[in-house]
Amino acid sequence: MANTITLARQISELYQRDSRKVLATLIRLLGDFDLAEEALHEAFHAALKQWPQDGIPANPCAWLVSAGRFKAIDQLRKTARLTALPDETLAQLTAAETPDSEPIADDQLRLIFTCCHPSLANDAQLALTLREVCGLTTEQIAGAFLTSPTTVAQRIVRAKGKIRDAGIPYEVPAPAELPQRLDNVLQVIYLLFNEGYSASLGPQLLDSSLSDEAIRLGRLMLQLLPDAETAGLLALMLLQHARRGARISASGELVLLPQQDRSLWQHNEIAEGSELVQWALRTRRIGPYTLQAAIAALHCEAAAAEQTDWQEICGLYNLLLQADPSPVIALNRAVAIAMRDGPAAGLALIDALEQQGELSRYHLLYAAKADLLRRLGLNTAALQAYQQALLCCKQAPEQRFLQQQIDTLRAATT
Amino acid sequence: MKYLCLVYSDENTLHSLPDSPHDSECNAYAEKVQGSGRMLAAEALQPVSTATTIRVRSGKLSITDGPFAETKEQLAGFYLVEAHDLNEAMQIAAGIPAARVGSVEVRPVRQLGV
Repeated sequence: MANTITLARQISELYQRDSRKVLATLIRLLGDFDLAEEALHEAFHAALKQWPQDGIPANPCAWLVSAGRFKAIDQLRKTARLTALPDETLAQLTAAETPDSEPIADDQLRLIFTCCHPSLANDAQLALTLREVCGLTTEQIAGAFLTSPTTVAQRIVRAKGKIRDAGIPYEVPAPAELPQRLDNVLQVIYLLFNEGYSASLGPQLLDSSLSDEAIRLGRLMLQLLPDAETAGLLALMLLQHARRGARISASGELVLLPQQDRSLWQHNEIAEGSELVQWALRTRRIGPYTLQAAIAALHCEAAAAEQTDWQEICGLYNLLLQADPSPVIALNRAVAIAMRDGPAAGLALIDALEQQGELSRYHLLYAAKADLLRRLGLNTAALQAYQQALLCCKQAPEQRFLQQQIDTLRAATT
Repeated sequence: MKYLCLVYSDENTLHSLPDSPHDSECNAYAEKVQGSGRMLAAEALQPVSTATTIRVRSGKLSITDGPFAETKEQLAGFYLVEAHDLNEAMQIAAGIPAARVGSVEVRPVRQLGV
């Protein structure tokens, strides 16, 4: 009896650890997501029945792949008999020689690249990756994105339909397309992380389970396909995630970087992130994620906010803006320049950005402007900018933070 | 699988932008795809001012001048290709010279259930 319990626990651990690997290989062998998922469950079901008698096989993953494949062929045979139609899939599957059932790293990469295929809608890429690669349930995904399980299920069904009907292949892209397709995968992982790091709507600021999943995916990607930007992204996520304990006060309020209690940061994660940044920088193929991670590392390595190396940070922002000329990066650079050269220098840059108009609905532009105006002693203008920021802000903790700044300024000016 | 690559562009600027392809370049690319054995058909179209749109409603024929809808970019031509999968079709589409100034929509061809 005790043995049965131990075995059940071992199988459950195996499911946690390796079910996605087995699934990835089954999708390749069966050529169909739904068929493979069903086969995966059948295989684990068979394991629960057979292993207590026969013991755990030497290579449990290969056993599961092989069992799943046979179950699927059985299932297809039954369907073929019922519908009395010649089934091409079945013919192909049974004609093929018994394949090597060892799950391989390439299958997991295939799964990731297929789920993150740019011809799928963005939200479908996210949902499919969480479902198929991370193994989250539809309910868990719906909870993370504050939407209904029905919506998530529909997205996944539609995405699988498109994979089938449009002929999206189950493969790692050819070398010529790899850089661009890898960018897309990294973008999906970073979107996921940001959704957890700063939920864009709603009452909560942190949902660390999504960030944890994104970091897990980043680690998996780095292990499967070591690349400088993958390391850069993982480093960036680790360095930002390391500060989670200090970003929210005990009463649930937002705490900005300079005021954060640095002893609450996860210093082991900072060390890991910094090491990854160094590795990525040494490859000399430096992209936007690595540069952002290098900036985050400088923030994290400063023992106190006043000891931050703004000179170095400004230099990195210059490179980042060249690599990725986006207005949000230009805004962050302006803030760094204000720290190095004083608020007036930063304000001039922010004013120019405001004129360009692309960030006219972005609350952080007005919040940054307000902060600089206040530091210059221009309280009335600062108050106005904070009010503009509040109008554009959709997230409760940030709204409370902005309201608090407004109240403090009002009290100071009257 | 068969894929139809629909080439859309703004007719008024298709031939006059700095990146606009010359006919000879378009021809050379079509020959290249032909040579790879993946081409089923490819043609460039006359402008939408030459189009006629036909509808049959309740057995009644209606004929109107012009395209089926006024759009900013118009259908300028197509490639019908045989590709192993979407990635291969996308690769062919990306090489179409007009993609530099317009857009190419890649659509899998549906097998009719007959």
